[in-house]
Amino acid sequence: MVLPVTSANPQRRSPLLAAYAVLVFAFIYLPIVVLIVYSFNRDGVGGFPPRHFTLAWYRQLFADSAIWDSIVNSLIVAAASVALSLTLGLLAALALDRASFPGKALFRRLVLLPLILPGIITGLSLLMFAVFAGMQLSLFSVFLGHGTALISVATTELFAGLQKLDRAQEEASLDLGATPWQTFWRITLPNLKLSLIAAGLLIFTLSMDEIAVTFFLIGRDNTLPLEIWGRLRRGITPEINAISSLIVAVSVLLIVVWYRLRARSVSSAPQELLENL
Amino acid sequence: MYSRAYKTVIAAPPLLWVCLFLLLPYALMLAHSFWIVRDGFLVHNWNLQNYRALFTNPLYVQVFLRTARIAASVTLCSMLLGYPLAYYLSFHAGPRKEVLYQLVIVPLWVSYLVRGYAWKTILGSDGVLNGLLQYLHITREPVSFFLYSPFAVVLMLTHIYTPFVFLPIYAALEHIPRPLIEASQDLGADRRATFLRVILPLSIPGLLSGATFAFVLSVGDFLAPLLVGGPSATMLANIVQSLFGAAYDWPLGAAISVSIVLITISVLFLTERLEKRWSFR
Repeated sequence: MVLPVTSANPQRRSPLLAAYAVLVFAFIYLPIVVLIVYSFNRDGVGGFPPRHFTLAWYRQLFADSAIWDSIVNSLIVAAASVALSLTLGLLAALALDRASFPGKALFRRLVLLPLILPGIITGLSLLMFAVFAGMQLSLFSVFLGHGTALISVATTELFAGLQKLDRAQEEASLDLGATPWQTFWRITLPNLKLSLIAAGLLIFTLSMDEIAVTFFLIGRDNTLPLEIWGRLRRGITPEINAISSLIVAVSVLLIVVWYRLRARSVSSAPQELLENL
Repeated sequence: MYSRAYKTVIAAPPLLWVCLFLLLPYALMLAHSFWIVRDGFLVHNWNLQNYRALFTNPLYVQVFLRTARIAASVTLCSMLLGYPLAYYLSFHAGPRKEVLYQLVIVPLWVSYLVRGYAWKTILGSDGVLNGLLQYLHITREPVSFFLYSPFAVVLMLTHIYTPFVFLPIYAALEHIPRPLIEASQDLGADRRATFLRVILPLSIPGLLSGATFAFVLSVGDFLAPLLVGGPSATMLANIVQSLFGAAYDWPLGAAISVSIVLITISVLFLTERLEKRWSFR
């Protein structure tokens, strides 16, 4: 991306490599395609070829109140987690960017731990904490888990955004007599708007999909992934294909929006998130 | 430029929150690993018994080795798929490069559960693959060993982590100054030599960080074995999960969790060192 591709192709043409790339793409996409195709198959999941087209599974899905309840639960948890992790992540990013305090390096690592460690570790640690604190497991404990674990994503994304901001505007604002509070609301926050929306979308998607941490913190009310998980134990039906296909459609939509926003705000790719770990 | 009060206001809330809801829970996990359960009750009796059990119980040793084997296979397979793909995109895709790049990114964010479930429907004994094989008259009876095997776990995790591995490799390849490749060719190196002596060494840091992701994320996975692995593919995290559930031995579960954390952190530390050694400049 830095340098244009010049004539320096190490190999001019390589049909073998191209064929291999096609195979890898097929490997990546085939399962998702199969999933979607069979959501329209009258005779259930499996069997080949899929023969009778039907929308019955989607009709069944739309009448399935347990699924919709779990979607509402997931939406509530995700929205609350976005609010919590964005607020704390923004403060953490600001602190990492411009304050020095004892244990700063340690704090930086600690915040990122939930991204690096397997979900089961964070989930179980929070379960122990809930028991220790005498807290009932419910959607609230799930929210606490998601919101806290995803501060890592918010901090990384917003820190990247802050690094690319022009500091001169804030300095000018402070020099001209605005209080730090006014400067924050009128300069810093508006400048970070795109980063905030992009980070929010990403956190929302991750929370909607989260299962490893949720697994240990869930009370009576299921989130969508756990509702699906529970049904898988009872056997698979094309209704699960139908809800999965909808999940794929919505995630692709969100990713497209996220990608466009992020391209405008910090002109980078998700790899930056990975590189910052 | 910023006052002390401002710095306190921004630093204090996240610091307190993270200490209370992250550091304290992790510390509790560590503490539990040194306690024991006696007659169904947790006893705050500090000892190393749980860690001793890890090394002496053959079951745990066996599962530990299996976990390492599965994670290593996932890492190797993801690299074998991800590296050539990244290489193709970076050097051969021409104008389609951007579109293809996006196409690799998209599945990265498509639900883990959905992708795992897709494999379950494909590999099952009355699944899509068996349907296809019978349709083509390759097999007559359903083949049952696709699903519920370590192979299925490796397949599913490879599918999930290939894009993760692809990303840093692609970034590394893209950062290789093209004049270096021209120079290598002008100086008489053939394509093989150019790849082995210029491109590959320069992409090692990307390859390492991709491999680290795949390995670390696979080591702590417990969902794939539950979804497609079955009993023969039980991994470390599954033991943890059952110790925290029906088997009720939190301290032992915590000790295994701490071991998973230690493995994760030492792998990260090691590859970070290696990456620095290989990075170019």
